[in-house]
Amino acid sequence: MAEGPVRLPVGGRIDRKRRLAFRFDGRRLAGHPGDSLASALLANGIRLVARSFKYHRPRGIYAAGPEEPCALVELRRDEARVDPNCPAGEVELFDGLEARSQNRWPSLAWDVGALADRLKPLLPAGFYYKTFRWPAALWTRLYEPLIRRMAGVGRAPRLPDPDRYAHRHHHCDVLVVGAGAAGLVAAELLGRAGLSVLLVESRAQPGGWLADGGAGVRLDGDAAPHWLQAQLARLEALEGVRLLTRSTAFGLYDHGFVGVLERIADHLPLPAPGTPRERLWWVRAKAVLITTGCLERPLVFPDNDRPGVMLAGAAAHYLHHHGVLVGRRPVIFTNNDSVYGLALELARAGAAVTVVDVRPAPPARWERELCEAGVRMLCGRAVVGSEGRSGLHTVHILALDADPALSLPKPLAADALLVSGGLQPNAALFAQARGRLCFDEELGAWRPDEAPPRLWAAGGANGRLSLAAAVEDAARAARDVIRSLGGREPRLELPRVEEETFAQTPFWCSPLKGAAAARRAFVDLHNDVTVADIAVAIREGYRAIEHLKRYTTAGMGPDQGKIVQGNLQGLVARELGRAVQEVGTTTFRQPWTPVPFAALVGAHRGPLFEPLRTPPTHPWAEAHGALFEDVGPWRRARVFPRSGEDLEAALRREARAVRTACGVIDASTLGKIEVAGPDAAIFLDRIYTIAVSRLRVGRCRYGLMLRDDGMVLDDGVVARLEEHRFHLTTTTGGAARVLAWLEEWHQTEWPELRLWITSTTEQWATIALSGPRARELLARLAEGIDLDGAAFPHMSFREGRIAGVPARVFRISFTGELGFEINVEAGFGLHLWEALIEAGSDLGLTPYGTEAMHLLRAEKGYVIVGQETDGTVSPLDLGLEGLLAKNKGDFIGRRALALPALQSPERKQLVGLLPSEPGSVLEEGAQLVPSPEATPPAVSEGHVTSSYFSPNLERSFALALLARGRQRHGERLWATRLDGAPVPVEVVPPCFYDPEGQRLRM
Amino acid sequence: MLEIPCPFCGPRPEVEFRCGGEADIRRPADPDRCSDRAWTDYLWNRTNPKGVHRERWWHVHGCRRWFVVSRHTVSDTILAVSDSGQTAQPQETAADG
Ligand SMILES: [Zn+2]
Repeated sequence: MAEGPVRLPVGGRIDRKRRLAFRFDGRRLAGHPGDSLASALLANGIRLVARSFKYHRPRGIYAAGPEEPCALVELRRDEARVDPNCPAGEVELFDGLEARSQNRWPSLAWDVGALADRLKPLLPAGFYYKTFRWPAALWTRLYEPLIRRMAGVGRAPRLPDPDRYAHRHHHCDVLVVGAGAAGLVAAELLGRAGLSVLLVESRAQPGGWLADGGAGVRLDGDAAPHWLQAQLARLEALEGVRLLTRSTAFGLYDHGFVGVLERIADHLPLPAPGTPRERLWWVRAKAVLITTGCLERPLVFPDNDRPGVMLAGAAAHYLHHHGVLVGRRPVIFTNNDSVYGLALELARAGAAVTVVDVRPAPPARWERELCEAGVRMLCGRAVVGSEGRSGLHTVHILALDADPALSLPKPLAADALLVSGGLQPNAALFAQARGRLCFDEELGAWRPDEAPPRLWAAGGANGRLSLAAAVEDAARAARDVIRSLGGREPRLELPRVEEETFAQTPFWCSPLKGAAAARRAFVDLHNDVTVADIAVAIREGYRAIEHLKRYTTAGMGPDQGKIVQGNLQGLVARELGRAVQEVGTTTFRQPWTPVPFAALVGAHRGPLFEPLRTPPTHPWAEAHGALFEDVGPWRRARVFPRSGEDLEAALRREARAVRTACGVIDASTLGKIEVAGPDAAIFLDRIYTIAVSRLRVGRCRYGLMLRDDGMVLDDGVVARLEEHRFHLTTTTGGAARVLAWLEEWHQTEWPELRLWITSTTEQWATIALSGPRARELLARLAEGIDLDGAAFPHMSFREGRIAGVPARVFRISFTGELGFEINVEAGFGLHLWEALIEAGSDLGLTPYGTEAMHLLRAEKGYVIVGQETDGTVSPLDLGLEGLLAKNKGDFIGRRALALPALQSPERKQLVGLLPSEPGSVLEEGAQLVPSPEATPPAVSEGHVTSSYFSPNLERSFALALLARGRQRHGERLWATRLDGAPVPVEVVPPCFYDPEGQRLRM
Repeated sequence: MLEIPCPFCGPRPEVEFRCGGEADIRRPADPDRCSDRAWTDYLWNRTNPKGVHRERWWHVHGCRRWFVVSRHTVSDTILAVSDSGQTAQPQETAADG
């Protein structure tokens, strides 16, 4: 008699007239349209398709859906289109498909890693935790690379994904997940009630268990496939019902929010031009109905993992969908009634079938038919072992009431072992959304118990295992949904289904006695976790199911242990002598099946990843060879190197030019906010540390904003444009945060204040001109503004025209030199810039970038919020007491400054540092330690916040936060370096240039 | 992702909002008469209940209004929303200067 799987001459939904060529591990093979990769491999007689994760044991096709723990393959369309970990039963065959087995070297048949299988004592439960421990230094060099190589199942593609992935937002009344019998009946009822329904089905065709044959069940007196066609036609006629196939609801989130992945072109060689490969649907439904049916549990016995061992339901699937007989001498091993229809079908297809049932007798309903079809029945027995290294050829059967000391298992030749450990309601989505599960003793399985709002489960997923019960339950749930949404209940005749009984007896593991005890009995086939591993973990003290999962790795990996849960909890309960309900389940988390990052990201890639903002002079900077840096959402010019200059040389030239002639920088990225209204001054008095209400019209002041805990939030300049109108600037990165801050306080704390807050960042271009010759240059372009120092003093502003366009000119400076910030309408920004460049050519005007800006302000000891501050720094720490108004009343953060913790003399304070070696530039973030011998872990007394080489001082310098810093000027400390010994520094006041501020007032 | 019923715009997805933490935290009217403990209580101590929580939400990518949501912290069910501007108590305005 021939052995192994074979294609039947008739049956299945495949097109036998057409052939599809494909390759598996380079071997040329052929299948038919309608095949999955798994069915095509089986039809070619191939059983060995994978190596297991830990022991590299030969494995075959075990399932037909996403629960597949073994047959995970890599699909390769080209170098960029490489998809690892695809369950072979889920892959629809197309012409030219190329698949590779994973986790083997050099080949599937000869795998070096399989040595691990012989090294059993070396790889116990908790192997990772026991082996990779100390010394820590070995982690990066030895352990991590080793684990990464060993742990890899599949490889990630090395090139960017060339395909397009779409997103869609969808709103509907009801999302029904799963188009099996229950989902189809529920959708019809809901649709007839006038509700908008989205019905999603992960397979290419709806029907679920009915499409897998339905074990010969009849609906309305019709065979399952006929009823299915008629039901689909009925749904088609309902306007509000939309069916989405090849679409998996992978995540249920709060308030009816569901992620659905639609695989538009995964079954094609390449997506059709202009269409995305996959589409992510973000569905918001008023109600979600879970009709995801059941998963079949495996059975646990020694050597239960050989190629040829398969879930019975998968065998039914391959028979009905693909016309594949998975074995010619199959043994079915069961604890429940679900396999008997299959046994008959296999026998009628020509197989010599044996059923091993752990229960004392087969269900009465099937007895006569089984006898007529010649199915051999072995009841009260269990499979306790198997043989066949790269493919099953023998199973060992033992009577359950036999005395193990006296009786030996009987060998039975078999080329397929179809196991069914009972049906487990597939309630993962229900549990993801925090629905509660309970262990139903009668069912011997977990089922939904208490549902959160908006969520229902029905049919198999709700523990109704017979078709009649499932359909009735679906109608019940649909009516509940309709009532909760206030719809009208339609009349609907439910399909008539012959009443069946359905029984299953929990059976967690075959007896592991005698010789069988030395063999591996797998609980989790994907992670190679055995019954013995669970026992070891329990002996070592692990009791909680979550701990057992992590320690043994049972239920992890790409399949996320979909079919592991039931047996794992049953075994643990048995070992601990507890009820399964008490043991509990591990947490169900999204996603149900893996979702490609490309689909999650959608169109948000490359330049669309995040909107990029550029200041008005960006085109000029690009044309003049500027180097750029990203600051928050902005791209700013960093330096403007001339030909032959590197960054450092350009920086020094620019920084010198500002101190000796004049420089210009585009400061348009500064946040700008206008606050207007009769109570604006009162409001800003409370927001800023300074007395804004005392500011005269035409004047401006530098001030801080604090959080109410006294820490610096932002800084900027406030200008009083009119009695009741103020112009605020914020840091570049703080613009949105400060606007939010103002709105929050106004709305929630002081809504009685009459004022408006408007962001004007986008409306104004700001060009900052500074240097000793700035006034001379500005005079050439200004109209209607008296630039004389007495008429236009430091910290004031004037309106007039600059370069022919209306401008607000603020006499303020961030460099310590005479400075003007010229604001013009954003559209004139580039014009103003070019006019300044042209007018200043003979004055040494130099455009400078953010590098020089940072350097120049640091020479002056001006802080940058976010560089000198980090949310734990108060104005007292910065030595900015002068900015805290004394007599204006309360302001945000004032009270907290009086707290003992903020008054403590031990706090870190802003200081300057001069490295003893004037050429050495400290590393920003370096720790300050009291001795050069300090090695980690040493106590740090402070850290460097900004560090530069100054061409103006002709030496290096730094700013730092140092404990008791202001009392320590003149002290010597050491600054750590990443590579090398700490370097000596001298503590000095945090201002290195013109401490009297003479140059500002020129 | 929560669906939050903005009192001004209607139900919108959570990504349009920002949560502002526990509502009804009143900034003491006279900070100078506040003990250090009372002030730090106001700054940091929150009730963090298991059950109904009144919390502030801000419709940042919408009407930009702050409002108060009553949410059950176990089920995430939203029981009520109210406009915080209307519920806030007008306070004495600080003296100018
Ligand atoms: Zn709104």
